[in-house]
Amino acid sequence: METKGNILLDIKDLHVWYKVYGGYLKVLNNLHLTVREGERVGLVGEAGCGKTTTMKSILQILPPGDFRIPQGEIFYKGQDVLKMNPKELQSLRSKEVAMIFQDPTAALNPVFTIGTQIGDVIKYSSVLKGDSHKEKIKEESIKALKEVYLPDPERMRINYPFQLSGGMRQRVCIAMSISSPRNLILADEPGTSLDVTIQDQIHRLLNEIVKKKNTAIILITHSLGVAREMTDRIYVMYAGTIVETAVPEILFENPVHPYTKGLLASIPKISGGGIAKGIPGRIPDYLNPPSGCRFRLRCQQESPICSEKAPQLFEVEKDHLVACYLSQR
Amino acid sequence: MKQVMSNEILKIEKLKKYFHIGKDKKRCPIYVRAVDEVTLNVNYGETLGLVGESGSGKSTIAYTVAGMYRPTSGQILFQGKNIGIDRSKRPLSTKKEIQIVFQDPGSSLNPRQTIEQILGLPFKIYTQMSKKQIRERMIEILEKVELSTDYLYKSPPSIGGGEKQMVSIARAMASDPSLIILDEPTSALDVSVQAKIINKLIDLQKEMNLSYLFITHDLSLMRNVANRIAIMYLGKICEVADSVVFFEKPLHPYTQMLISSVPVISKEEENLKPKKVISTGEIPSPVNIPPGCSFHLRCPKKVDICSKTDPEMIEYSPGHIVRCHLFTK
Repeated sequence: METKGNILLDIKDLHVWYKVYGGYLKVLNNLHLTVREGERVGLVGEAGCGKTTTMKSILQILPPGDFRIPQGEIFYKGQDVLKMNPKELQSLRSKEVAMIFQDPTAALNPVFTIGTQIGDVIKYSSVLKGDSHKEKIKEESIKALKEVYLPDPERMRINYPFQLSGGMRQRVCIAMSISSPRNLILADEPGTSLDVTIQDQIHRLLNEIVKKKNTAIILITHSLGVAREMTDRIYVMYAGTIVETAVPEILFENPVHPYTKGLLASIPKISGGGIAKGIPGRIPDYLNPPSGCRFRLRCQQESPICSEKAPQLFEVEKDHLVACYLSQR
Repeated sequence: MKQVMSNEILKIEKLKKYFHIGKDKKRCPIYVRAVDEVTLNVNYGETLGLVGESGSGKSTIAYTVAGMYRPTSGQILFQGKNIGIDRSKRPLSTKKEIQIVFQDPGSSLNPRQTIEQILGLPFKIYTQMSKKQIRERMIEILEKVELSTDYLYKSPPSIGGGEKQMVSIARAMASDPSLIILDEPTSALDVSVQAKIINKLIDLQKEMNLSYLFITHDLSLMRNVANRIAIMYLGKICEVADSVVFFEKPLHPYTQMLISSVPVISKEEENLKPKKVISTGEIPSPVNIPPGCSFHLRCPKKVDICSKTDPEMIEYSPGHIVRCHLFTK
């Protein structure tokens, strides 16, 4: 085990609600998440469990006017993101935290060249403003493109996004996120829209870069296999809450929460042996989520206490936290 | 049972499907060679898995067999009869026997119809049942996919993704077919829901003695579902083998690359994977297929002949077919 760095990001008891017709969608509920410097964190969960909402609330890029944060704190380097003024937020987004989106086609602007778009990122993250720094910006962007192994970076700069393939576009997005020094990269399913072999390439590249630069990363994925290979610590998320967190070895060998167990059993294995039954039911309605534990309606081991009060994260062994009453008995 | 297994329900012979996309400077037509001389067969009661990256022509094969495309050349023999002709000339009794389930249940079910209307259509087309009989059959079919009777009055937008896919499966089952084409039936769904659907499909196969042509890009899922697996790359078959043999002894370099890039969740599986084949390059455009073996640009074991001539399909061991120069003498 490597020595642990200082706490970089600390999310405490975060609640995020979206306004819709007929009330609020209570998406995030009592979310706790910690990232240390240089740590690779995996955030795993099914579609619609609030993974992307978590990322967007860190950067405060949630759709304006449509959301509410009734309680919670997001500390980045000891400063609460939710209380930052616009200028501080802008500096957080341009200098500290980078985000890689799921769909590279939608993340890149189709009417500007790759060079312009990377140049902009470099320009706003540093003091290289004004015409005198043009050459320097060009050099930096070529360096970033080289780092993601794009062929012929000189020529790549004058290309438009539509001239590149999906895998290359995602490489450009990664290049943008590392073109200036960052402390935290938020990667929102960077390989999902790509093919298996290309996905493997992108993940390997990302892994290599964060290790080399000692950048912390939060990797969102719905594939536990990817999380196992890429991260130091996995958070399993269900319906807006963290249900279990541990290092990959412990999580895969000794899962405690019924949801994690069900999820692990549902994954088809290349060693064969069939597939388990899966988890009955589906993600709860966020408009009227069940009281207490949000997983209880799909849980086989529900007891009366589950509906009364939501379980809090509880340390079952060192560095292994579970939010379930079963583990506390 | 054993005797039935030896017969082929579907036999595809040298199937070609080219799409005309325009003319070049010399006014010669340009084609996308989506499917190029594919020979495959599906036996009675088995599941044939068809795996490949996007753009490799998996879905084109599915659509051609279902009659949505007319093949450019080649034969599709269904129960001994050639059905590789215009769909309008295909007899109703054959159409009834081949059904298809699409990838995205959100767009393959009409959102403005109720489930009753959706499920009723196959009966109206293929049978002369009275309204009362149709209703009874519909309820019977819904029971088979574990949905309650009140689903008849619901419409697709009001039910979950997994349930929608169950309705699509029920619709395919309604005409009592013998071959079902499953075009990535679970890739839009979460693993816990996927497990449920896959188990249901396996049960239904046994119960109704169905044959499946199962298309997916998920190799670990294939291992648990398919009896035999065929790998496609750029419109051509690379390797066909029994699913156990396939994972124990992959021959084609592309297969090895694919299997080694599957993310897994346990050590036991890790040992099963072949030595890491680092994937390089991307799938070329099917308009400009490289000369010789279409995979030679990305192949780690490339030799001189690969860029000149296209390898032939050879039977390496009984039932294990591979198309690679490394195995031809």
